[in-house]
Amino acid sequence: MLSNIGNTLLFLNILLGIFIIYLSFQNLKNNKVSISKNIYHICLFQSTFIIICFLTLVIAFIISDFSIITVYQNSHSLKPFFYKISGTWGNHEGSLLLWVIILTVFSFLFLLYSKNHSKNYRIYSLIVQNILILGFLFFLLFNSNPFSVILPTPKEGLGLNPILQDPALAIHPPLLYIGFVGSSIYFSAAIASLLTNYSGKLFAQSIKNWVLISWSFQTLGILAGSIWAYYELGWGGFWFWDPVENASLLPWFAMTALLHSLIVLEKRNLLYFWVIILCLLTFILSVTGTFLVRSGILNSVHTFANDPSRGLYILVFLSLMIFASVLLIFNKFRNSNYNLNSNSKETFILINNWFMIFYLITVLLGTVYPIFTEVLTNHKVSVGPPFYNTVIIPIAVLFLLFMSVGPQMKWIKNKFYNLNLLFKILVASILINFSIIYFFQSYSLISNFIIISAIFLVISSLADLYKLFKKQKMDYSRVISHLAFGFLVLFIGLNHNFSLEKDFNLKLGERKKFEDYSVEFKDLRLEDFKNYKAVIGEFKINNFQKNLDKSLYPEIRIYENPSTITYEASIRSGLLKDYYITMSNVDRSDYYNIKFQKKPFMMWIWVSVIFISLGGFLRLFKNAKKDY
Amino acid sequence: MQKKIIKLFILSFILFIIGVLFISLNKNSIYDTKGLVGKKITKFGLDHFSENKMITAEDLNKNNFTLINFWASWCGPCRDEHSFLLKLNKEKNIQLLGINFKDKKNNALEFLNDLGNPYDHLARDELGKHSVNFGIYGIPESILVNRDLIIIKKFIGPISRNDYDYIKNIVRE
Repeated sequence: MLSNIGNTLLFLNILLGIFIIYLSFQNLKNNKVSISKNIYHICLFQSTFIIICFLTLVIAFIISDFSIITVYQNSHSLKPFFYKISGTWGNHEGSLLLWVIILTVFSFLFLLYSKNHSKNYRIYSLIVQNILILGFLFFLLFNSNPFSVILPTPKEGLGLNPILQDPALAIHPPLLYIGFVGSSIYFSAAIASLLTNYSGKLFAQSIKNWVLISWSFQTLGILAGSIWAYYELGWGGFWFWDPVENASLLPWFAMTALLHSLIVLEKRNLLYFWVIILCLLTFILSVTGTFLVRSGILNSVHTFANDPSRGLYILVFLSLMIFASVLLIFNKFRNSNYNLNSNSKETFILINNWFMIFYLITVLLGTVYPIFTEVLTNHKVSVGPPFYNTVIIPIAVLFLLFMSVGPQMKWIKNKFYNLNLLFKILVASILINFSIIYFFQSYSLISNFIIISAIFLVISSLADLYKLFKKQKMDYSRVISHLAFGFLVLFIGLNHNFSLEKDFNLKLGERKKFEDYSVEFKDLRLEDFKNYKAVIGEFKINNFQKNLDKSLYPEIRIYENPSTITYEASIRSGLLKDYYITMSNVDRSDYYNIKFQKKPFMMWIWVSVIFISLGGFLRLFKNAKKDY
Repeated sequence: MQKKIIKLFILSFILFIIGVLFISLNKNSIYDTKGLVGKKITKFGLDHFSENKMITAEDLNKNNFTLINFWASWCGPCRDEHSFLLKLNKEKNIQLLGINFKDKKNNALEFLNDLGNPYDHLARDELGKHSVNFGIYGIPESILVNRDLIIIKKFIGPISRNDYDYIKNIVRE
């Protein structure tokens, strides 16, 4: 029953998509200045139907309708209500439906909020966006149908993978999707802009808010994934350079570059083709990421059941997108003379772009390199953190320095440098760095550089903030993001250097001492929960010097549906540091393997990222107030 | 001219990347268990489905060929291949070892009652741990071994008519 409703709505949406494209072409022919009301209405229908379609699936999950394969494979009647809902997008088919929703809703909103722009440009954007929508709808309906029926109806579902039953992970896909699927709208707009020659300032204005939306959400989405990895995967890190994490980072680099070069296009009417390339690149990278993750080429927690036909479909679609974009650019490209003064804001923004592209290429290479070596030489290799750390970290020092200086620059030609101030800031940063070493502990040369440059950025941004405050300019968005980025790098640097990790085996009642800490295994008990059983350990952590006395309760969970064992870290988060314990049983003995970690400033790493994205939202609200 | 070369270069580069991705797509879909063909299955001990005993390598030494079939009642494609398994059961030279994978006992029994039981030996792998040792990553999957427990062929996915004919020919030779 629900399956029929869902399928009908999907089919209806395909018809509507085709109809919109048809109407749009009709509309191009007439001489009216505005877009026909019919198109608005049909777009509204399209969005409404797809949302109802999604709600149908949500309801199927809530009432545990196991006649639908997707529900049967990813849900269970005993699963908590919240995870029944989040299970809707915790699988390939459901998340693809979410993908189509965002394509559709963004299509409608773009139409609605671009009224000041040329009609043909808007209509072409709509057409391209609807071609994308149709492509994914066909994929959804014929290859990955979330409403497929299973006969006879099973009595019970297989359950959602327990490590996916987590609040951070419940919000991770929607956030990330608004980010990288949202980038589809400026992909479409860029193609439309090339087709209709609607370029320059106006084009920049029409997409800048969309770039801000997708960038801010992408940032939050990556954060949610990272937080989840931190306390669910139990390795104590927050970024593993896992191919799938990289896949979400790639469009972020392109978006960040775009976000900056768009300012140049808007203010100075320069870099048009570069902006177009970035617009196209962002969405192409998003689809590439999806391809890598969904096709099963890369193995990770994100690999849903393997199905090569899925990968093939996305690959074909991706190839079409790439070739259409490249050919169109070839066709329209004109060499323009930029004539940039090397001492100007434009140049510094361009420098930001080069750094972003450098990072993008590095991460892209690291991610796809194993695929290429396997195909070309039949060797299996894996590219791990050492590669990324050696390539990215030294360059980050330069990047941070440029990032500190750039925003103070004037447009066209900068008149004077406040070298005096910069020098003072640099000295202050170095002093702070050495006082950290003096009071706490020393670290490697490269860490010194990173921490100095991060502090340099933080202080410059603070100085910037003070200046803005004095001038009573109420635009803090950029400073907030930059300041937060400085703090982010600083906290990551400190976290990296001041973390403490110990691995040892303990029996119940034993105690382990190291440095100033002692860890005591006090208790072990078995408890029953709604959908799992848990072996819970109690560990007492003492620090003799600081009168610290805390208890942590790591768990080994045994889930029934599907039967899985997970190791839950127990984390005491504090303002200054987190304590982190995981335990796992050692086969055929009374000993448990304990991993103890002290991770300073974890909370501040999360807060910094939230503030980075907050900057984007602030700018968005400010733009919205100005324009409408 | 120079522009054309650049364009051509970019296009061929993109083609190259897509080509590699395409190849790897097909490579990965079959996974790596292919490499197991020709290898010998070493010791194993499986719980018998209904009786309190173990099924070991010795049980399989007696027949010329054994088809080890991994299945579950919840697996749709397993229903598709079932008719071929029943036919194979009638062949003289081959015995079938069924391994019931991550399944509930009652559901599995119901499945066999409904569709017929093709298995000479039936083992149970409730947690799916033993199946991993056989290089199984999903079901249905079947492994054809000879008397010496050397893997002759792996069938990933349901046994098709072609697979059935293939097995029949080998067994009758």
